[in-house]
Amino acid sequence: MATAGTARTPAAATPRAAQAGRLSTVEAVRRMAPYWLTVSLRTWRGSVVSAFLAPVFYVVAMGVLLGGFIDSDPARLEGAPTYLAFIVPGLVAGHAMQTAVADTSWPVFSNFKWNRVYDSMVATPITVRQVAVAHLFFVWVRVTVVCAIFDLVVAPFDVYAAWWSPVAALGAQSLTGLAFATLMYGYSCRISSDAAFGVVFRLAVFPLFLFSGAFFPVANLGPVGEVVAKLTPLWHGVNLSRTCSLATLEPGTALLNVGVLLAVAGLGAWWATSGLERRMAS
Amino acid sequence: MIQARGLRKTFGEGASAFEAVKGIDLDVRRGEAFGFLGPNGAGKSSTMRMIAAVSPVSGGELSILGLDPATDGPAIRARLGVCPQEDTLDSELNVRDNLVIYARYFGISRSDARDRADELLELVNLTEKARAKVDDLSGGMKRRLTIARSLVNRPDLLLLDEPTTGLDPQARHVLWDQLFRLKQQGVTLVITTHYMDEAEQLCDRLVVMDKGVVAAEGSPADLIRQHSSREVAELRFGLGDGHDDTNPHETHAAGVAAYGDRVEVLPDRLLVYSADGDAVLEAVHGRGLRPVATLVRRSTLEDVFLRLTGRTLVD
Amino acid sequence: MSAARPAAARLRVLPLTSWQATLLLVERNAITYRSEWKLFITGFLEPVFYLLSIGIGVGQLIDTFEFNGQQVPYAEFVAPGMLAASAFNGALLDSCFNFFFKLKHQRLYDSVLATPVGTGDVARGEVVWGQLRGGSYSAAFLVVMLLLGYIHTWWAVLALPAALLIGFAFSAMAMACTTWFTSWQDFEKVTLVQVPLFLFSATFFPVTAFEGWLRWVVECTPLYRGVVLCRELTTGAVSVESAISVVYLLVMGTIGLVVVRRRLGTLLLT
Repeated sequence: MATAGTARTPAAATPRAAQAGRLSTVEAVRRMAPYWLTVSLRTWRGSVVSAFLAPVFYVVAMGVLLGGFIDSDPARLEGAPTYLAFIVPGLVAGHAMQTAVADTSWPVFSNFKWNRVYDSMVATPITVRQVAVAHLFFVWVRVTVVCAIFDLVVAPFDVYAAWWSPVAALGAQSLTGLAFATLMYGYSCRISSDAAFGVVFRLAVFPLFLFSGAFFPVANLGPVGEVVAKLTPLWHGVNLSRTCSLATLEPGTALLNVGVLLAVAGLGAWWATSGLERRMAS
Repeated sequence: MIQARGLRKTFGEGASAFEAVKGIDLDVRRGEAFGFLGPNGAGKSSTMRMIAAVSPVSGGELSILGLDPATDGPAIRARLGVCPQEDTLDSELNVRDNLVIYARYFGISRSDARDRADELLELVNLTEKARAKVDDLSGGMKRRLTIARSLVNRPDLLLLDEPTTGLDPQARHVLWDQLFRLKQQGVTLVITTHYMDEAEQLCDRLVVMDKGVVAAEGSPADLIRQHSSREVAELRFGLGDGHDDTNPHETHAAGVAAYGDRVEVLPDRLLVYSADGDAVLEAVHGRGLRPVATLVRRSTLEDVFLRLTGRTLVD
Repeated sequence: MSAARPAAARLRVLPLTSWQATLLLVERNAITYRSEWKLFITGFLEPVFYLLSIGIGVGQLIDTFEFNGQQVPYAEFVAPGMLAASAFNGALLDSCFNFFFKLKHQRLYDSVLATPVGTGDVARGEVVWGQLRGGSYSAAFLVVMLLLGYIHTWWAVLALPAALLIGFAFSAMAMACTTWFTSWQDFEKVTLVQVPLFLFSATFFPVTAFEGWLRWVVECTPLYRGVVLCRELTTGAVSVESAISVVYLLVMGTIGLVVVRRRLGTLLLT
């Protein structure tokens, strides 16, 4: 049908889409880029407070003010010279998780339930899997940008031990964001009502943020608590972010941290794409 | 039931003030079905909200059920049923709880409220959906539930704002049937609509509203008799050679004017008003004119409206 | 007309007293919560998580704080702060998000006000409902504090009404502000106020962390009054200042309630 059309009307010859049988994922993501760019440009102002200001408030309140009451003893702070230097990389990793899950909860649910943007996307040659990949890709970019700005803002506060620290820490935070984005994305595709978000935020996201070593060394949780904390993906993100920031990387632990985060992201990617395929098929 | 003299409604103040209702007189009698017919923005909904005692009167007098809405708001609302234009159902409650809780707002006891809810669900054929979420209902079902909700306190006066807008033809007829039954039970109905057929079907008496004033008042048959001819011949002409943008109906209007009492030009057709529509068609053909489509029909309220305001109702 | 409809005789539509009308809104909210009990239960966990994380986890890095002349262990210092902050956060959640949803999206009050129920009843009903929910969280949290051994005085019993007072003050004021909101974008403004208040109202550290005029500003903010009031009660260090806090919060809540009532009239009864 496509060829017949192009043969007769010259106007139809221009869109290459007509000839392409199947789109490559890279091409599909590229085609959805204008949409995601427009959405981000239109909405970034609305998220300035929660994306940037709120974490800055946390750094000032916990790191600077509360930190003023905490002894600067590297032995009790996993090698950090001050409580501020301890808490900042942890907070940013935790913030990466929170930004990622926020962007893949209601926004994803809304795209197939309320404003149905996904429906309009898959009505083109783009596949469901590519829609999920593109959305995740742009969430990942956003989380990385948010963390990068954050790392820049805190740089003057003397929290990095080496010149490469901020870059390496950003890598750790970005990977943390990706891992949680994929997990939440898959979850969002599988729930029937958005009320389920409230529960997962309170029972999973929030406790992870509080107990995965962002605010205090997990050793303070006692032997059992410490082991449990170290089983969570967020601890691996926090630990990687902190050891990069303090330049106290140990090859073994670092590799384990990266490995866990990559494994979660990989598994999550499958969980997310299969989730959206199931949802769009129903 | 309702008496208004010089009723006005103004929104805003000073230079930006907008007068939605510009002094209208109304008398709605017990047991009748009274209609407000008019296009969007005619002031129907503003009038309805004043009658519902949720919108303060800006000027003139208004008495509802013999009470003054400014001082007896709660007492008036206790005896009213209101079916707003947009369904304002409680999406956090299931279908039955929507009725039970709404009944409770009227001070109806919990057990009476439950009985009443079940009775109404039966009436509007939603018994099977009693436990369903409101969001899962179809448009017609939501509308029926809103109607049921407006009946929960056994109102003396039922206000329906555009009751069938957005419904499919079948659902409209079901609803009309239910409203007709209520009227037979003695409930006074006040209905706004921009559908002529709805007004003709349901209303004993109606006012045609336009730009905040009453343009005409009477029974549907009276209004048609007074403001229109018995029949209408509709003529549609082709676009000609397609090179000029003039409306072909403008061009032909003068030519056919002599065959009827009156001619109206619409973008897509000519309306020729006459006691005998077929005679008009014959004369048109006799003159060698060849409309692409023709229709002879009885006059409706739409024609009345066109006559009174120079505009169509739905535009 | 009732003769034509004999069934009407059975249905009694009674005039509502203002208190009954208020409770009807509460009844409506309670029914919607039946299906959301998971959200209700988990809401209670939030301050407990904070207490365990900051109070105990971070607390191991801190010895004691001085408060009104007493040396208070860090967890005992933070716990009343969390009690106040959770009443505050809960009030904001209810009165901004939920209230906005009902007011602008669901248009719940449009239909409620078409009945004999009035704007004052709506305002009071929503606040009372918020306090029932928030108060049950506060009571549970106080029990947790007791079990962890953070309470040594009978004054602590009064921390429950204190938490209710905080909830009332913020609910009413937040609802009043919410009536001016036009879109969900406005909730960034809520975050902009909520997060700093939560973090800087001497919840996690003594107000002595601030110096000069800054400390003076903090001491004038409503959540600080609430936090200090709770802390004074749970540590037994009650003073004249406690009374100031009580009056402050009462006035704030009353003003909020009056504004909500008037704004609902302006918005919905035009």
